[in-house]
Amino acid sequence: MNRSDLINAILSLLAPVLLVVAILRARKQPLWAEAFRRVRRNPVAMVAVVVLGLYTTVAVLDGIGWQVKGQINSQTLIDQAFAGVPSESTYSAPFAVRSSEVRPKPLVAPGRHVLGTDAIGADVLHRVLKGIRTAFIIGIGTLAITAPLAILLGLIAGYYGKTADDAIQYVYTVLSSIPDILLLIAIILVMGKGLLAMCVALGVTSWVGLCRLVRGETLRHRDREYVRAAKALGASPLSIMTRHILPNLLPVVIISLTLSFSGIVLYESVLSYLGVGLQADMPSWGNMIDGARAELTRDPVVWWNIAAAAGALLILVLSLNFLADALRDAIDPRLRSS
Amino acid sequence: MIRYLVRRLLYAIPTLVGVLVLTFVIFFGIYSPEQLARQNIAVKNPTPKQINTWLKERGYDKPRKELFKEQFTHLAILDFGKSDRSKEDIWDRIRKGAGPSAEIAGMALITSLVVAMTFAMGLAYFRGTYLDRLGTLLTVLLLSVPYVVYVLGMQFLLGKLLKYGPIAGFERGFASWRFVFIPVLVGLIAGIGGSVRLYRTFLLEEMNQDYVRTARAKGVKEGGVLFKHVFKNAMIPVITTTVASLPVLILGSVIVESTFNIPGIGNYLVDAVNKQDFAIVRAMVYLGTLLTIVGFILTDVLYSVVDPRVRLE
Repeated sequence: MNRSDLINAILSLLAPVLLVVAILRARKQPLWAEAFRRVRRNPVAMVAVVVLGLYTTVAVLDGIGWQVKGQINSQTLIDQAFAGVPSESTYSAPFAVRSSEVRPKPLVAPGRHVLGTDAIGADVLHRVLKGIRTAFIIGIGTLAITAPLAILLGLIAGYYGKTADDAIQYVYTVLSSIPDILLLIAIILVMGKGLLAMCVALGVTSWVGLCRLVRGETLRHRDREYVRAAKALGASPLSIMTRHILPNLLPVVIISLTLSFSGIVLYESVLSYLGVGLQADMPSWGNMIDGARAELTRDPVVWWNIAAAAGALLILVLSLNFLADALRDAIDPRLRSS
Repeated sequence: MIRYLVRRLLYAIPTLVGVLVLTFVIFFGIYSPEQLARQNIAVKNPTPKQINTWLKERGYDKPRKELFKEQFTHLAILDFGKSDRSKEDIWDRIRKGAGPSAEIAGMALITSLVVAMTFAMGLAYFRGTYLDRLGTLLTVLLLSVPYVVYVLGMQFLLGKLLKYGPIAGFERGFASWRFVFIPVLVGLIAGIGGSVRLYRTFLLEEMNQDYVRTARAKGVKEGGVLFKHVFKNAMIPVITTTVASLPVLILGSVIVESTFNIPGIGNYLVDAVNKQDFAIVRAMVYLGTLLTIVGFILTDVLYSVVDPRVRLE
């Protein structure tokens, strides 16, 4: 393993490890223990958790790789799993034994491409699985930058009020009055296509909702007795915000983050379709769906590429939506009392 | 009312100034005009002279401060100028594209309002039953499908396989309905999951109100409660969210128009993106923002019209 492979592997393992640590710590608190118990009893939510777990596993395995003889780029564990499925020359249908192209060439690996192959003959299942990592990088990358900032600004605006509130509100009013899609296009257009541009653009548009939510919730908590008690005991504003108010907001923040994750993953497909997505050689679902524009007008029709990408995207978004719903039912105290 | 309107319009000014500053920073701060010139001139290695003439033709050669002042005043009075590439008047194209765009977006909006409300009423009537649960599950399923997949899939299914209408192109006048049919249907189906889910919660929220209990106690039948009492009150949030959904409408029309090759504003924008024509994108950002702000103000006014409890002052 060389250095960049090592960094990739560590970064890939970091996120799931952090998540597990956070869940284990949260289980010690009665509110969260109760919430987890409720989620466990919800079969739909458990299916969603299992699916998300599988997706995460693939994304992590796709981050661990090293140099292999005979290959120029490092091969991740997912790439190595597909080493036995060689590329074809062009499109071939799922499980195709012979090519349906006009001038057929004999297939290299007949019947072994579970989801067929794409224009350059690459295995579609392989591309779809690699797309998971891309989707996770965009989702987590965007949220990791924007969420702390949005939460902090929301807390400050809600807690201090007055000038700070006016300033922060002004900034997000300006941003939210530009339709998301136009702002995204503008930012990616000037920054040039790519992962960084997409994360920055999606970050700029997605922090507004979270910030507004945190501000509103902070306003509700600001004058509660526990905050006043903390103030009377001499706690600093920063510790009141982060140690007293923030834990009470975490349920709504987590639900909102889950939903914005699925929103971000969906936006990637839209942006790629409009020509402001990722580079064409990146394995992403948006790129695969974008390619289908030409593939669906071909004869014979190439439907497996868009079907595979759309299916993978649908399952991920659906799981996230169901999980968010289940979490809302499990942790929202208003629903619990009824 | 008029005093309120004037005040709201005045409030919009600082926001618009912010948007103008932001667009300038994006288009002239991050990306320098020289870079833009290099990219736009067809020659591979343009000489400094070529670059200068390109910049001069478009007025981008001035110092930043002056450029900002010029851009600011021009955009503020909606003088969008000419396209960077083809030098045609941007307003001209917008005026031509407004008709088809408005036709599709308007029809999609109205049909989806009616259809979604009908389904939501049905779910609310059968609330708590398996039918309701199945319907709610279906709405989540529908709203999790990417918009792009709807558009491409339905273009293929309805246009190519079932031949319900032309899969691309447009004709002005009455004949346009044939070209508009599938795009409107796509917009309707793509948005229905989210709207039905939302409207159902609006209806259910109203169902817990005291007046519903009173109506039931008076002996009004369940259907009457739903259609007469609850429906009217649930329309208040429905109307406000409809106007606020303008940005979503813009997104939808951008994708639909470019897929079905309809010469609307959305298609114009996608063309500009592909040709890296920043002047057009800049104009679109500003125009979209203006529409959104007008939409917000309209929402508040509508609110006071449909709900007598809300007073504007």
